[in-house]
Amino acid sequence: MLRIDRATYDAIVAHARKDHPDEACGVVAGPEGTERPERFLPMLNAARSPTFYEFDSADLLRLYREMDDRDEWPVVVYHSHTATEAYPSRTDIGYASGPAADPRTHYVLVSTRHHAEQTGLAGDDVEFRSYRIVDGEVSEEEVEVVESYLFGHSPTTVVYD
Amino acid sequence: MAIQVRIPTILRTHTGGNKTVEGSGATLAALIDDLDAQHSGLKNRLVTEEGKLHRFVNVYVNDEDVRFTGALDTQVKDGDSVTILPAVAGGC
Repeated sequence: MLRIDRATYDAIVAHARKDHPDEACGVVAGPEGTERPERFLPMLNAARSPTFYEFDSADLLRLYREMDDRDEWPVVVYHSHTATEAYPSRTDIGYASGPAADPRTHYVLVSTRHHAEQTGLAGDDVEFRSYRIVDGEVSEEEVEVVESYLFGHSPTTVVYD
Repeated sequence: MAIQVRIPTILRTHTGGNKTVEGSGATLAALIDDLDAQHSGLKNRLVTEEGKLHRFVNVYVNDEDVRFTGALDTQVKDGDSVTILPAVAGGC
């Protein structure tokens, strides 16, 4: 199960909406070894594409160095699909199953497609789903949104790139 | 002096939990061989059967992505800092 606070949930959704129709991506870091997504870190989609996302190589190095220095790891890696459902694609599964990718990561997928007819969700609600991806196997997990995690900062104050 | 290598969380199972290990070699390929001799299994995670760096892995020498500096043939020397990371990407 992924337990995530409301402000971080909203920040991920806002990032996905803002970058639509391109895919948005980022990380929520937390203390290494824990399941606490505490620090919202929106990333630039270096591909600037509606069908692909990637962290720029230099951004990736800076991000992981910073997390490493703070004894953090990426509890959540999120990205959006802008025309398809919030389910990991073959490409997503390939990268997430890479030899250096940690299978303890929660992969959050958000869909910003117009999907009222398909899902029955009202208005422009987005799909927000979370997965574990281990050796090519995808398992969806429950998402519990909590009002507060008593975090040290408000993720909504983060300025996007 | 040696070459410092930062290991991603999942590969620390090969390094006794250590975040950083040390190795030596004149090229990245030689460094990986040296690391594998000390931490068995590491090479298999980084290098494919065809002898290429795995495409879902990013390796940096100091701040340079080795994809742009000759991949496994990239020159390394004592005092360098090498970072191994998972590539983060995907698509619909």
